[in-house]
Order: sequence, then C-alpha cells, then structure tokens
Amino acid sequence: MQASSQIPHDVNYLDYKGKYKGLLSWILSTDHKRIALLYMFSMMTLFMVGVCLGLAMKLELIAPGKTIMGPQDYNAVFTVHGVIMIFMIVIPGLPAVFGNFLLPIMIGAKDVAFPKLNLFSWYVYIAGAVLVISSVLFGDGTPDTGWTFYAPYSFKTGTNMLPAIFGAFVLGFSSILTGLNFIVTIHRLRAPGMTWRKLPLFPWTLYGTAWIQLLATPVVGITLLLVSLERLFGIGVFDPALGGDPVLYQHLFWIYSHPAVYIMILPAMGAISEIIPTFSQKHVFGYNAIVVSTLAIAFVGYFVWGHHMFTAGMSGTAQYTFSILTFLVAIPSAIKVFNWISTMYKGSISLETPFYWAVSFIFVFMIGGLSGLVLGALATDVYVHDTAFVVAHFHFIVFGGVGFSFFAAIHYWFPKMFGRMYDKTWANVGWIFFFIGFLALYTPMFYLGLQGMPRRYYDYLEQFHSANILSTLGSWVMTFGLVITVINLFRSAKIGEIAPANPWNGKTLEWTVPSPPPVENFDVIPVYEEQDGPYEY
Amino acid sequence: MSQAIHHDEHYDAEGSKIGMWLFIFTELLLFGGLFIIYSVYRYMNPDAFHLAAEELNRTVGSINTIILLISSMTIAMSTSALQKGQKGTTILLLEITFMLGLIFLVNKYFEWGVKFDHGIFPGSQHMLDTLSQGEILFFGLYFAMTGLHAIHIIVGMIVIGFALAGVSKGKVHADRSALLENAGLYWHLVDLIWIFLFPLFYLIH
Amino acid sequence: MENEKHHIVPYRTYFYILAALLVFTLLSIEVTSIELGGLTVAAALLFASLKSFLVLTYFMHLKFDKPYIRIMVVFVLMIFLAVIIITFFDYFFR
Repeated sequence: MQASSQIPHDVNYLDYKGKYKGLLSWILSTDHKRIALLYMFSMMTLFMVGVCLGLAMKLELIAPGKTIMGPQDYNAVFTVHGVIMIFMIVIPGLPAVFGNFLLPIMIGAKDVAFPKLNLFSWYVYIAGAVLVISSVLFGDGTPDTGWTFYAPYSFKTGTNMLPAIFGAFVLGFSSILTGLNFIVTIHRLRAPGMTWRKLPLFPWTLYGTAWIQLLATPVVGITLLLVSLERLFGIGVFDPALGGDPVLYQHLFWIYSHPAVYIMILPAMGAISEIIPTFSQKHVFGYNAIVVSTLAIAFVGYFVWGHHMFTAGMSGTAQYTFSILTFLVAIPSAIKVFNWISTMYKGSISLETPFYWAVSFIFVFMIGGLSGLVLGALATDVYVHDTAFVVAHFHFIVFGGVGFSFFAAIHYWFPKMFGRMYDKTWANVGWIFFFIGFLALYTPMFYLGLQGMPRRYYDYLEQFHSANILSTLGSWVMTFGLVITVINLFRSAKIGEIAPANPWNGKTLEWTVPSPPPVENFDVIPVYEEQDGPYEY
Repeated sequence: MSQAIHHDEHYDAEGSKIGMWLFIFTELLLFGGLFIIYSVYRYMNPDAFHLAAEELNRTVGSINTIILLISSMTIAMSTSALQKGQKGTTILLLEITFMLGLIFLVNKYFEWGVKFDHGIFPGSQHMLDTLSQGEILFFGLYFAMTGLHAIHIIVGMIVIGFALAGVSKGKVHADRSALLENAGLYWHLVDLIWIFLFPLFYLIH
Repeated sequence: MENEKHHIVPYRTYFYILAALLVFTLLSIEVTSIELGGLTVAAALLFASLKSFLVLTYFMHLKFDKPYIRIMVVFVLMIFLAVIIITFFDYFFR
C-alpha cells in the first residue's frame, strides 16, 4: 500500500517546505515536532522573563531594607514570577515540549491523535500567556496576590487581577487539551505489538500526567472563574462578608494545584527513567515498579492537597488525614529513586552531560522530597509554614526537579531534535556552574526558614544577612551557568557537528529514525515482536 | 524488529469517541467543583438554603427537566436513524433536539427575568438588605451553576448545528458518524448535569 | 484498525428509557414534596443517580461500548466522590 501523502520520506522536519514559508510554516504547522519547538521557544522567552524577575528578588534581598524596590513592587515581582514560572513553564514544560516531540516517535506513530487540536493548544497557551502579561502592562497596577490568588484578597485588591486570573484559566485549557490528545494517542496509536507492558517509561509518565491534567485542571478553572465573577458581580461565593468561606477557595485551589506539582514532576521522572538506562547501557531496574509507582503518585497525589492548608483553620481530622496521605506519596517517589540507583549498579556508565544532569536531578529531588516530609508533618509544618524553608523546598522540587530534568532531556534528545551535537565541554561547564549556583541559592533558605525568616517579605532582620548574601551570590552563579548552557545549545543547533541517528546507543524507538526525524517520523510503522522491548540491551 | 505495511491516514471513530469522553470528564469535574461548593455551603447553612429554594419555581424547573430528557432521547434516536441510513429522519430528529434546547433557554430566560424583577441578582442591594448570608450564597450559586449550564446548552446547540450541517451535506453518514455521536454525547452530558442541578436547587426544600 | 460495525439501538429502547426517566422525575418531585427531613436530600439524590445511570448506560451507549470506557467513567466518578468526602473531613469535623 502506498502512502497517500506526497511528502518525500527523506526530508527532515526542519527542512521540509510545506504549503507555507518562513514563520508561517511553523505557526501553521500541525507537525508535532514543529509544535514542540514552538512551545520550546515560547517557553524559553517566558523563562528568561521569569529568571530576570527572580534575579531582581534576590538582588532586593541582598541587604535588609529597601535595596532596589519597595514592598508593593516586591509583591508584584513575586506574583508575576510565580504565575509565569508555574503556569507557563513548569506545568506545560516537559509534556508540551518533549511530550509533543517524542511521544508519537517513541510509540511508533506518525503524529498525535489530533494534530490540529495540538496546534490549537499552542495558540490557547499563547493567548493565556498574552493575557497574563497584559495584566502587567495595562490597568491599575500589577497583580500582587502571589500566584495562588487567595480569596478574599484576590477580589478585594485594586490591582489588575482579572486578566491574570483569566489568563491562568486559559492556560489551564491548553493543558487539558494537550492531556486529552496524549491519552487518546497512547490508547490508539501505539505501534502494533507494543503492549502496555512494553510502553517506554516516558510515555507512561505522560499518560499519568495527562490524567491529572484532565481531572484536576477543571477544578481550578471553575474556581478562578468564580473569583472573576466575584470581582465582576459580587456573587458572594468566597466573600466572607457575604457568607462565603475563603478556606473553601483554598481547598478548591489546591485540589488542582497540588496535583499540578505531579503534572510537573512525573514527566521529569519519566525523562530521567529514559536517560539513566541509556547511559548505564542496562535494562531499567524494576520496569513494573516504576510504572506502578508512576500511577500511584498520580492517584495518591490527587488526595493530599490539604497539606498546603495546615495553618488555614482546617479541622484537626482533616489535618491529620492529609498528613498521613502526604506521607504515602513519599513511598512511590522513593521507589523510583531506588530503581534509578539500581539501574546504574553494575551498568557500563558513560559520563555524558545528560547523565550529569540526571544524577544531579536525583540529588536535588531527594533533598526536595525529604524536606517535603518535614512540611508534611503537622508539628514541624506549623513551625516553618510560610517561611523561607517552604520556598527552598519547592524550588528544590519544582525548579530542581523540572529544571534539571529539562536540561537533562534537552541534552539527551538534542541530537535527535536538531541533528547536531552540542559542544560537550561547554555543556559540562554550564552544568557545573548551574549546579553549584543552584545549591548556593536555595540551601541557605532552608537555614533561614528554620531561623524564622518569613517568605514574601522584601525586608528582613540583620541576623539573616549573611545567609541571604550567599543566596544572592548563588543566583548569579546559577544564571551564569544557565546562560552558558543556553548559548551553547543555540550555537550548536546551528554549527554543531552532525549527529548520527543513535549517538548514545539508546534502545527506544526514537533512536531508530534519522536525526532530525523525517516529516512523518516513520516510512513504515515499526512492529514490536515478542522479544522486543524498550530497554533490551 | 520487523516492519509492517504503512497505513493510510485513517478515520478513527473510536479515537474521537475517547477524546469526547475525556472532554466530558473535564466538564464533569468543572461542574464537580461547583457541586463541592454547593454541598459545603448547604451543609453550613441548611435553613437558609431551604428557605431560598422555596423562591424557585418548581413548575418551570420540572418542565425544563422534561424538555431536556425528551431532547436527549431525540438525539440518541438520531444516531440510530443515521446508522439505519434514514437521512431525513436523522435531520428531523436533530432539528427537534435543537428546538427543544432553544425552548429550554427561553424558559430559563423568563425564569431569570422574574428573579431580576424581584431584585434577586448577584450584587443587588435588595439581596444585601433583605436576605441572610446563606440565601445570598444560594442565589449566587444558583446563578453561577444554571448560568454555566445554559452556556453549555448554547455550546451543545452549536455542536448540533455542525452535526446537522454535516448530515445534510452527506459528510456525516452511517460509516462516518463520529461527529453526530460526539454531539450526542455532549448533549447527554448537558442533560446529566441538569439531572443533578434540578433536585439540588428546585426540589430540596 | 477496522471500523467495527455499530450496534444499532432500536428506537423502542430509547422510548422506554425516556418513559423510565420521566417516571423517576415525577417520583422525585412527589417524594420531595413530602416532609421527610434529612431523607429528602437522600431521596432526591437517589433518583438523580438512577436517572444518570440510565442516561450513561443507554443514551451514552456505555452498555454497547468496549468495557474500558465504562471503567474510566466509574474511575472518574470515584475520584470525584473521594474528593468530596475528603473535603468534608474538614467541614464535618470543624
């Protein structure tokens, strides 16, 4: 049977000239690989904005008192930093970029199930991002509520909240549509013979993630919609003056936003589960355990939201229920760490840049996870709640987890995506600066938090000064490493040496197609036989 | 690893059906959030909710329930008609469904209108002066939930419009019925939500 | 993947289901107009659940589809129920 399409199979997706030229050939393309790069470049741009805001906060905190901005500006900066980083970078980050690029190739499909919907999701994403940014540029002041939009302040404050809230709602839609697309893709488009038990681990984590996206995002959607209605019409749902309960807002908000943490971290774990076996040249240890723990994290993660609210005035019963459930999530997370370490054991390890990033991911993820237990325990949480300790914890998990995994993934799949190798020396230099800077930036915050320094304050007591200086210096070192890494990648995408189809001797399907992949990925759809599997070394 | 023969770009009815179901799940959870809010506030203000529910017109609510149930049947029948190859019947049944949706909206419009005339609408001074906090919450939720439901009716009618156009142009037929079936699924979802909204607002006195 | 032949549901079935739905509606209106205290809520929700079961099974074709869609629906409803219950751990014991 001949393919009906007239697309030649030897043209790769980067060079392919379709109906449109130039920029249009990207923003009107339904090719999942091009959409992945669209997401990547839009996220890179937004990430730079977020990083600059983060640097500004750290600069403010280099000394007590007003350094470069006052309290209101500081509130606005941490709000916009949070909204950009959470809703636009870490939640869609790995699924939208690497999920889009790799999911169809890894399961042996030509594209996702609904390519047009996929492109539409990107437009929705951009629309949401533009809305949020517009709240900064126009109106009566930048939002100052923090990324959580807690009621009742979010509808009492005079700042320009509506576009920010509505933007977050729209971004949620993009996330839902991507999740929907991935679930259908995994259900319907796996290559013949690729049973669920032969599905590579990265698609597995995307599957778990997609379910959370589908089932959790609408809850925050309706909550944000109600806050907007509250602002516009005063329907009273969260307004204590009209009988509403602001704690209920927190419940609904975290019913989404806690699972959102797993939307971020699951695909990150999936990428690491691909990288470790490849650079150990060994079958992944405990495939079934990793799959089960992925689904367990996705499932249990849905019922732990209350640990963000231990000091909000919940009932005691709710507090210890949530505390116990929170401790349950630690079990599957730990299982994964054991699996990664055991995969390396007696493997023939090759020390490449993605492996460095992956190993440092495990390190920071463990610190972040264990400090999470400190916060999940009722007694200690009451003590460190809303201190710098919390900031350190979630930056270790969210930024450490997703950031390190993202850079591990980009170095791992870079040859596949662009058909060129990056400069290995500069990549390693970038990594070491980033890693050291990261630790210097966030580790002091654990100490500061335990000493009692509150989060979200532009000012602090003199006794916190020295640790804050270290933290600010760390932010500069980390940014230096980040800049080296990004410049190296950009340069290498243009002038790097040509990469072979399978530079790392990986065994998953994406390494069987040329680099960069042809427009429709496969000339012929591969078939998995009885003995084939994703990690058969 | 052996190689299989390449498939053409194919029409995957089951894929789009799963897609629709997944979308329905998100819609259920969207309303689910509202149901959580409703149940919490009802638990906190049982008497006020009781009192406020008396204000709603049971008859209009019941009529609208019956209208939606009938429309659900007609659109379900239209799928059967399409599969039997009865194009005319399919179109007729879809038109009936569309009209029933419209009648539902008209009823809703008058129902809301009466409330507005009595000074009951979000943010009204009359409500602040005369009603208790629980009653204000009840009406806030009433407008939010039935309003959102009405938006879904409108969206459902638009989808039915597309299905109708597809059937009459012959693009949607017995072997390619996914669009009609998905329109049906969506319409049933709208019905499903109303099945719960109706007792929660009109019946529980 | 071949397109499986659809199960064509006869009009009659749909008509019976509608009749059942209307009966349940009338019953729930009748039951809730009697003063039953806390049971009113339970009765109304019971009838609503019965009705939604019929809509899901017959109108939405779950009975005729492959079982995994049914599993997904049940799974989603269970998650939603669990979320409500856990939320009430707070409000019920406050």
